[in-house]
Amino acid sequence: MAMSETLPTSEPVKTSEPGAVMRLAKMLTRDRFALVAAIFLVIVVLCALFGPALLGDAATAQNLRGRNAPPFAFERGWLFVLGADALGRPLLARIVVAAQNTMMVAAGAVVFSMTVGATLGLIAGYAGKTISQVIMRLADVIMSFPSLLLAVIVLYILPPSVTNLIIVLAITRIPVYLRTTRAEVLEIRERMFVQAAKVMGASHLRIIFRHILPVVAPTLITIATLDFAFVMLAESSLSFLGIGIQPPDITWGLMVSQGRPYLTSAWWLAFWPGLAIILTTLSLNLLSNWMRIALDPMQRWRLEGRTKSDKAGETSNG
Amino acid sequence: MADHLLEVRDLSVRFHTAAGAVDAVKNVSWHLDKGETLAILGESGSGKSVSASAIMNLIDIPPGEIVSGSILFEDRDLLAISAEEHRKLNGKRISMIFQDPLSHLNPVYRVGWQIMETMTAHGRSRDEARKRARELVARVGIPDPDAALEKYPHQFSGGQRQRLMIAMALALKPDILIADEPTTALDVTVQAEVLALLKELQAETGMGLLLITHDLGVVAEIADRVVVMNAGEIVEEGTAHEVYHNPQHAYTRKLIAAAPGKGDMRSGGSERPVLLEARNVSKTYGDFTALENASFKLHAGQTIAVVGESGSGKSTLARTILQLEAPTGGEAFWKGRNLFDMPSKELFGLRRQMQMVFQDPTQSLNPRMSVFELISEAWAIHRDLLPKPRWKERVEELLVQVGLRPEHAKRYPHQFSGGQRQRIAIARALALEPELIVCDEAVSALDVSIQAQVIALLGRLRDELGIAFLFIAHDLPVVRDFADDVIVMQRGHIVESGTAEQIFNRPREAYTQALLAAGLDPDPDVQAERRRQRLQAAV
Repeated sequence: MAMSETLPTSEPVKTSEPGAVMRLAKMLTRDRFALVAAIFLVIVVLCALFGPALLGDAATAQNLRGRNAPPFAFERGWLFVLGADALGRPLLARIVVAAQNTMMVAAGAVVFSMTVGATLGLIAGYAGKTISQVIMRLADVIMSFPSLLLAVIVLYILPPSVTNLIIVLAITRIPVYLRTTRAEVLEIRERMFVQAAKVMGASHLRIIFRHILPVVAPTLITIATLDFAFVMLAESSLSFLGIGIQPPDITWGLMVSQGRPYLTSAWWLAFWPGLAIILTTLSLNLLSNWMRIALDPMQRWRLEGRTKSDKAGETSNG
Repeated sequence: MADHLLEVRDLSVRFHTAAGAVDAVKNVSWHLDKGETLAILGESGSGKSVSASAIMNLIDIPPGEIVSGSILFEDRDLLAISAEEHRKLNGKRISMIFQDPLSHLNPVYRVGWQIMETMTAHGRSRDEARKRARELVARVGIPDPDAALEKYPHQFSGGQRQRLMIAMALALKPDILIADEPTTALDVTVQAEVLALLKELQAETGMGLLLITHDLGVVAEIADRVVVMNAGEIVEEGTAHEVYHNPQHAYTRKLIAAAPGKGDMRSGGSERPVLLEARNVSKTYGDFTALENASFKLHAGQTIAVVGESGSGKSTLARTILQLEAPTGGEAFWKGRNLFDMPSKELFGLRRQMQMVFQDPTQSLNPRMSVFELISEAWAIHRDLLPKPRWKERVEELLVQVGLRPEHAKRYPHQFSGGQRQRIAIARALALEPELIVCDEAVSALDVSIQAQVIALLGRLRDELGIAFLFIAHDLPVVRDFADDVIVMQRGHIVESGTAEQIFNRPREAYTQALLAAGLDPDPDVQAERRRQRLQAAV
């Protein structure tokens, strides 16, 4: 139906132009969920940066009299507010300290796989048939191989360190980004504004980075945030198999798997680190949702407060 | 009370959008009688489709809200009855055809099944439905109806698909047929045939036909009465003849004046040096020949219009010459140098001398770039043209030149109307100071009055800056008073070429004559005369 005809074609525009950072901050306050998510993520990042230095000792100090101490018992001090693990170590301190390894592995793997996947995807989508075929078949090989099996083999050969873990997890996730990017590029490269850039004599690099990548980016960011949770859990299953992060190093995933045998008797061992994982991914999702809108000029008005005076600046058609 | 077949009274519809409430139509009243054709004429955003949507119960509520009014059909208010009662009326008593038949036919079902569905949904038996479907398909002029019923929508051409939609709409012999821009997506020759078919079917069945259109020519050809709408209100109402010859409202007068093809024709330009010469340019895709042996000469500052229906190869010609597609044969010379075997470095330098304006500015402007970024990108690519500190100033200059305001530079494309967006695209083309601008259907997607403004702008730029134009269009009247020379294309071949005067007044080839005859004149009297001649020729 031609219903859309009746909607206004031009949106009111803000006339004043504050700095980009200020504008983003303002837009963040418009979306309350995204604001809370952003604050939570800042806390997680701060924990990751300073946690090991501040609470490193507390997190590893064993206290066998306080084994599996229940949460919300304050007689042992605030560090034990979330309870203690099987060796009597305070869970709160351990979660704070584990944030560093968890974030490093998850963020490292996601950034690495997204960068490589998106680059290869852009090449595969934009370049000729042969190169595209080679890249896509490589992706098929990775995808047809069970990722856990690949991780087991690689980590059996290489020593299990944070770097190796990141590389292994990243490689198994590359095809997701690669295929999505390529599919989008194939469509976007035929769009008129890409043709228009070609007419102006734009180089391939300019077309890819200035015209195609910004359109693909929101999709990639959305996948990345979803992948963040996946990588955290994959890391925990590797840790569970004994080829991931090795104790005494800790991650949230490792804590969940360490708490698993006690699920029936001491639920808090697995619950708190699990909650940390959930809240982090949830926050990332909310924030990425906000970012998708904030970075899209067509959607941005949803987050920008409007007043009557803004509308007065509107111009007539034609 | 029931003296009219359908009557809309004081209808007001409001849409609650993020930008606030928008009154789509305000206190609109009109009526339709049996056997009559009423046209609702208006440009995009005028609310011409809204009352039809209200009749069919197609308005989404919310965001839509029917503020006031009633729609009377057989003493019943269509706005008051239930959705179930609506369903019984829709398709059976009142049916509708749309602009784009491809998107309204389900691609996974055979067309026979889809036509029968209309009837079986209203309680007819399958055998009866099949018999009627075959009859209808034959009636709307589809060759080999038995085979056609077993085909899928994509196997038909655009005109045939619209015929199938008409067959489907008429399956249950409705009292009212609503046609929303039924021929806008079709070629001129096909458009004339579809309109003629509608007219015939109306005479046969005596149904009331409600036609929603933006095209004065369609009104002149088919309508008995016309309602002119602007910004949600009816500005004028009367017989087609009356409204065209004696328009009362300023808007109607403006609309009629904007219809192309009434000014003086241009000629000349051929005494200046040759800018671009194409010799036997060909392009094939596999076995399909899109373009064969196209040759022409374009002189500096001259305008050549390339006219043809869809699939005639006119866009392929432009794209091949601009090297957006690799040619499969022939040569093209830019100031004597062959474009087709030029090293890419030299071609890069030439790029700035030939620019292009595309059909749909919504798609040709990157939605994520501001107007400043869009226009200044040209200088980021061709770095020697303009130093960066001067970009802002020059962008503002260009915006003024195309009739926009300097402060528009900060905005994004979606904040402009279609006509304004096309002006931005033109400003972007001008940024490189080209000697040739290729306009690929640059005004086809615009409303008539905006179209006239954009063409006037292009004409002004041509005179001021001496730019040559290769102007591609499917519509002959549009190019009549703009082009020096006209090339007519059909199925990848150049059928005829000559000066505008020669093509319009003394066309030699049968196809050019057919194309001219199929074009609809906005004057109802001229169209009536043409119809009479057609009938005589048929006899």
